Amino acid sequence: MNSSAASSAETASPAGGVLLEVRGVAKNFGARNVLKNIGESGSGKTTLLRLVAGFEQPTAGEIWMSGERLDTLPPYKRRVNTVFQHYALFPHLSVHENVAYGLRVKKTSATEIGGRVDEALRMVKMQEFADSQPSKLSGGQQQRVALARALVNRPLLLLLDEPLSALDANLRKQMQSELKALQRELGITFLFVTHDQEEAMALSDRIALLRNGSLEQVASPREIYAHPATAYTAQFIGQTNLLRGEIIDSTARCGTLQWPSEGPSGPAIFSLRPEAIRFASDDVTPHGTARFRASLEQQFFSGASELLEVNCGGSQLLRVRISARGPLSGEHEFVFSIADAIRVQE
Amino acid sequence: MYSRTYKTLVSIPPLLWVGVFLLLPYALMFAHSFWAVHEGVLVHQWNLHNYATLFSKPVYVEVLLRTMRIAASVTLCSLLLGYPLAYYLSFHAGARKELLYQLVIVPLWVSYLVRGYAWKTILGSEGVLNGFLQYLHVTHEPVAFLLYSPFAVVLMLTHIYTPFVFLPIYAALEHIPRPLVEASHDLGAGAAQTFLRVILPLSIPGLLAGATFAFVLSLGDFLAPLLVGGASGTMIANVVQSLFGAALDWPLGAAISVCILLVIISLLFLTERLEKRWSFK
Repeated sequence: MNSSAASSAETASPAGGVLLEVRGVAKNFGARNVLKNIGESGSGKTTLLRLVAGFEQPTAGEIWMSGERLDTLPPYKRRVNTVFQHYALFPHLSVHENVAYGLRVKKTSATEIGGRVDEALRMVKMQEFADSQPSKLSGGQQQRVALARALVNRPLLLLLDEPLSALDANLRKQMQSELKALQRELGITFLFVTHDQEEAMALSDRIALLRNGSLEQVASPREIYAHPATAYTAQFIGQTNLLRGEIIDSTARCGTLQWPSEGPSGPAIFSLRPEAIRFASDDVTPHGTARFRASLEQQFFSGASELLEVNCGGSQLLRVRISARGPLSGEHEFVFSIADAIRVQE
Repeated sequence: MYSRTYKTLVSIPPLLWVGVFLLLPYALMFAHSFWAVHEGVLVHQWNLHNYATLFSKPVYVEVLLRTMRIAASVTLCSLLLGYPLAYYLSFHAGARKELLYQLVIVPLWVSYLVRGYAWKTILGSEGVLNGFLQYLHVTHEPVAFLLYSPFAVVLMLTHIYTPFVFLPIYAALEHIPRPLVEASHDLGAGAAQTFLRVILPLSIPGLLAGATFAFVLSLGDFLAPLLVGGASGTMIANVVQSLFGAALDWPLGAAISVCILLVIISLLFLTERLEKRWSFK
């Protein structure tokens, strides 16, 4: 974790969520409902989670959660619970005892423990496995128990460290949907670490993208997708065409492409999503669009849609996503809305 | 896949070894325990006389009980020393872990006999400890009970077997996945609760293995009592040794050996069961 990362404040008070601030350790960010914390491996996302949980100490800076300073508290005093990547269920305890663990160490009464454990197990549909040993369960079942074990303590913030990465693709989709439903039902803020941007897009209310230990951007999935702040974000979240060029006299020029642009003059990078480009329908170029001619290089069919790689001259390749329409070849006219060419920082 | 002939060929040497050097001696010992001695000559006459002697003469039972007491004390002391040491090394030693581990292992390279004599030098009436106590004017005369007592035997055996107890416990602790410890803290348990509820239960197989080492090895020890035990610290192995040596009563010696063997086998059986009960995958 880059502890010297600059701290620009993101202190907008979240409505009905948990405000998590990591000051000076990384940039600040507000957490509301499902905050997805994504980034490449080595970007510091697990470190951030471990800092919030208390398994690691920040070398500098402070961590606050809803007005309470966290980093000075030992992990067992934080109202934060974690779902570990490999679940970390206690092998010597039954499913019921695993879920009861947090209540038992807090000296909760036996009757209350019984009720809350049953409720938590019912929530994750594992009540019939209460007496099983964790080693007898499948990955998905262990995942559910780990979730129940954390949630039974009613934390303010639930940390999930790539909880779905150990599951196969089908089960992952199913658990994603269950997690989302569970979060909506409980209203607990989830801080979910993943390297999978699709998972982040599908599950979260807000995404915090980490890069080399500092925050690249914090925004809702739609916002971060539609308005990536940097070239890195644009490439990491979804596919995009990065157009490098410059703006001269209110005209953006990127290779053979050019269109009117209001931005200040100088070098510029634009992100243009493949689905923002479409076939030009007729000879008229509507106002606010740019038109170009390109030859087809590659065509990748993927069911509902297909991805084209087109050469618009000067060996500049663009990716275009269109709805499936059968084999294509030769040169075509394409068009995109100028508003879809988002200027991004390096 | 290996051929049948190959499998047979490679299994012959170890089987031969076990047969000649383990099973045959045990069979001989077992047979001897039912034979008799007449006027110093061994007679191959099957009887239970040796076992009757063994249990009717209080001296043998007494030594056997003392031996078990000493072995139990050694086990307890080396657990009390070895477990905290292993726990500290595995969880809290940080960068010094490797160095400290080597420091625990190094004494194992020093001859047992040398370490025994070292204790003699320390505990004797002219020894280092007595000299020190007198220098401090804690006592005016040498303290006699230090050497040639069951205490000295327990001390020496504890010193020798603590690394043997330490090793399996350390291995068990090292195998505890650290996320389990983090999970316990995460769920609200402090250090003490985490130790009692997670670390201790998961280290029980190592603890049992270590305890078994200490108990079984102490039970059969005869050098420690010989060096520092004196008359009051005599153990069962010394009795067996004298029966096979000076007393020339091999059958009685064999009968005692069979008894010790039975104690050890039932103990191993028991700990094996317990270890299985406490093993989790």
